[in-house]
This record gives sequence, structure tokens and C-alpha cells, in this order.
Amino acid sequence: MYLSRLELSDFRSYPSLAVELPPGVSLFLGLNGRGKTNLVEAVGYLATLASHRTGTDAPLVRAGCDSALVRAVVDHDGRPVQVEVLITPGKANRARVNRGPVSRPREILGLVRTVLFAPEDIALIRGDPGERRRFLDELLVLRSPRMAGVRADYDRVLRQRNALLKSAGALRRTGRGDLATLDVWDAHLARTGAELLGARLELVADLAPLVAQSYGRLAGPDATGPARVAYRSSVARDLDPDQSREHLTGVLAEELCRRRREEVERGVSLVGPHRDDLTATLGEQPARGYASHGESWSFALALRLGSYELLRSSIGPGGGPILLLDDVFAELDSSRREALARVVRQAEQVLVTAAVSADVPEQLAGARFEVGAGTVSRQP
Amino acid sequence: MVQDLIDELGRLPGIGPKSAQRIAFHVLTADPADVRRLAHLLVEVKEKVRFCVECGNVAQAERCRICLDTRRDPTVLCVVEEPKDIVAVERSREFRGRYHVLGGAISPIDGIGPDDLRVKELMVRLTDDVVTEIILATDPNLEGEATATYLARLVKPMGLRVTRLASGLPVGGDLEYADEITLGRAFEGRRVLDV
Repeated sequence: MYLSRLELSDFRSYPSLAVELPPGVSLFLGLNGRGKTNLVEAVGYLATLASHRTGTDAPLVRAGCDSALVRAVVDHDGRPVQVEVLITPGKANRARVNRGPVSRPREILGLVRTVLFAPEDIALIRGDPGERRRFLDELLVLRSPRMAGVRADYDRVLRQRNALLKSAGALRRTGRGDLATLDVWDAHLARTGAELLGARLELVADLAPLVAQSYGRLAGPDATGPARVAYRSSVARDLDPDQSREHLTGVLAEELCRRRREEVERGVSLVGPHRDDLTATLGEQPARGYASHGESWSFALALRLGSYELLRSSIGPGGGPILLLDDVFAELDSSRREALARVVRQAEQVLVTAAVSADVPEQLAGARFEVGAGTVSRQP
Repeated sequence: MVQDLIDELGRLPGIGPKSAQRIAFHVLTADPADVRRLAHLLVEVKEKVRFCVECGNVAQAERCRICLDTRRDPTVLCVVEEPKDIVAVERSREFRGRYHVLGGAISPIDGIGPDDLRVKELMVRLTDDVVTEIILATDPNLEGEATATYLARLVKPMGLRVTRLASGLPVGGDLEYADEITLGRAFEGRRVLDV
């Protein structure tokens, strides 16, 4: 797939923008602070309904405006589809497909698929487990949009259960306990949790070899290796991705039972996939804390490249994701730059941002766009 | 004064500032008799309508119309969240039993537990051994499901038949337009065709 057109209204720094895009490589050049990242952020938003830079929607709307619009025409094997999202902070977003409204914005997931490389990716290796869970869940939804519903259900069960545990803890201290409904929430948590856990286990099993392979390509033959990723569940070790959802439900339910007293005392849910992590090891050492800056960077890129390979192979021809490279070349040495360029130029569409064209390897020649203050113009 | 009316109308559920304005100006040009009747009804409803002591439905006397109707089957009880759900079920004309209104669903985030709902009243109604089946017709969302599961566990030991409304595909719809959750539920709740 590729985007043939992108339109923005009151999104970040852009009052109004319309730009036609070709398949292949497009390079966006401009000084810092001109809004290059805003472009890839907008495309990423269509794919994930979230920004990679901020957890809330308010910064996405231009100062003084109520809502921002992102609209794009995406070409699926010659068939154009128009997708748009109206982002209104504090209210529900609204989405349309081919000018027709859809009942929930979630329904547009899967129409635009992207894999985004950004300087923030270093947090995948060095950051908190939450960053890596977010990475897994976003990829899960890109691969199978149904999972967005599972994720939303799980979050809601978790919030309800935490609210109950919190109030139950407070009540217990005053001598009146009401845990009658906790059993009900336990059952729901175990069931939706098993669904999410099972999907993540399957995902990591498919992703791990692709990450190892991508790391090898990026870091070259002399590098420390191999790069391994594995899913670490807070509930049980060595969970097999082939285990049935019923079995995982049972495992979660048992653990909920075992740790109930602790959970009531602390007033939070301690059992479930919201406490899991993706571990990254380089050779025998955990990447976090041991890997050098360059190695950490290569590992983060390998996670993204592995994601790209996974989506490309699981969706079939014409459905491969659009690659977004936000200012990543400046951070890499020349051999890694070239290794990355070799892999990404095979994609159907690559959108690259950079401050200076010298940062971008020559293999990535393509259309050039000049990004000014609120404008984007194609260079001859 | 017109602005006051617009502000008051705008506080009603489902009515935004633009609709409020439209209704206010409609009232200004409408027949005085119509407006008087509406105003009178608003006051009368608030003063005269109360909640049925038996089922919690809206009523004009101590008991509601449905609880007083002797033709209704007293052995089947349909449990709903709100009185407006009764209106919806009644429209189908499929159900000939009686109702029990909970007054909401279990939702710890909003501080609503079983004690805040009419669960005790339900248990009292079930002790006289008249009811043999209860149909759990709470909303098909997370809170409604949780409430249904809670009630089912509570009632099961009493030896009653406990059923839950089916959730699945809308009649007259297209399979391809069903969202994945609805379709998943429909698969779960599939049944054998009797031929």
C-alpha cells in the first residue's frame, strides 16, 4: 500500500496542507522545528489512532483550534481508499472511510498500516516495560485489527477491578469489607487477559527470529550477538504460544486466587498481562544496562525492521506497511545507515525526514519535498 | 428570558446548544394550548409518577401496570437495568412475564456495587417460590455482563433456571457489515438448526 495524498487541517503547525505523494521513497527536508515530524506523526495516527510523541490528543490540535483533521488517500493495489479522522480532544474522535462515517474510529484500523522509526525508539531498549508492551500491542493491532477491541476490553476490566480493590482496601480498614463482586471481575480479567496474553505470545514467537535476522544485517558480522527477544509473563515462566486460551485463562485465574490477599492489601491488580515485559538480550547479557548506545540503537531499529518483515509476510502482496523514518539517520554510523537503507528501499513507500540531505544515504534517492513554515512543496 | 429557556433545554440529555435554540424558538411560535399541555405534563409526571414497590418500574400507583396485570406469567422474571429497558422489551411483545429493574449495573469506577442496586429486593421476590426462570437482560457491555454473571452466581444455588439474552447479529443485516465482536459473540451463541 502507499499514500497518494495527505491532507491536514489545524494539525500541529499546519493550518491547511494538501500534498500528493508518489510510491517509493519521499524525502522531507527542512530546518528543525518546521514540522517534518508532524507529517509522519499524522500518517502514524491514521494507522494506530495514537501519536508516537504524546499520550494525549490536545497537543495535536493547532493552538486556538477545537479539532484537527487528518485525511489521506491510500492506494491498495490500485484501489484508492479515502480515510480521515477528526481529532477533538476531550471528545470522541470521528472517522470516515470514502466519505461515509463509521460508527467507531477503531474500524479504520488496518486500512493504513505503518511502521515508524523515530529517535524515541531508543526507549524500546532503555525505557520502562510499558514502552515495550505498547510496542507489542500496537503491532498486534496492525496485524489483526480485532485486537484493538480486546485491548480496550482488558483496559476497562482492569480499571473496574482496580477501582473495586481500592475501595475494598479502604473498606476493610474500617471493618466493612465488600469483595462479593471481585470474583466476577476476576473471571472477566482472566478471560480477556488470556486472550491478550495468548496473542502476545504468538506475536513474539513470530517476531523473534525476524528481529535476530534484522539485527545481524544492521550490526554486521563482528557484532555481539545474537539479538534475542522473549516474552516474560508476570504469571508463569515458559508459557507456550500454542497453549489454548482456556489453559491460559486457568493459569491467570489460579494466580489471581493465590495473590488475592496481597492485591486487596495493596489495592491494585498485580496479576495479568499489564505487568508483563519483552526482554531483549544481546549474547548472554540483557540489552538494557549492558548494550552500548550504538548497540541499543541497532536493537531498537531491529525491532522495527522485524515488525516490518512480519507485517509484510503476514498480509501478502500489496498490503505491506508504509515505512516512516523520522530523523533516524543522524543517529547512525555510515555502515548502519547503508544497511538500513538497503532494507527499507524495498518497501512500497518510504517517507523519510531529515534536517540535511547529507544524512540520508544515496541509495534512498527519490522525490524531494521542502518543508517550510506550514508548507510542503515538491522540489523538481 | 428566551436565553434562560435555551439554557434550561440545553441541560437535558441528548440536546445540544443548537437543538435547544431550535426548540426554544419553536415554543415561541407554537400554539399556546400545545405549550400549556406540555408544561402541565412535565409538572404532572414529576409529581404523580413514582416507582413500583414490586419491580421498580415507573408507576402511577403503588404497583405498576405490569405487576397489576394478572394475565402476565408470574413464573418468569426479566431483570433489566433501567425502566426504559422495559419499554424496549415490551415493544417486542414477545415477553409475557414480569420484570425487575436493578437501577443500573455494577461499576466500581462509578462506585456502584450490588448494594446500590435493587438486588436485595430481587432476592426477596425469589424466596416465595413462584418464579421458576429469570432472564438476565442487562446491557451487552462489560458492566452489564459483570452484573449478569454476579446475579447468575447468586441465584443458581436456588435451583432456578437462569438465562441470558442472546447477543449477536441484527436481523435484516449483512454478515459482512457486522463488527468482529458481535460476530464473535454470534459464533459463541450459535445453535443447532431443527429441521
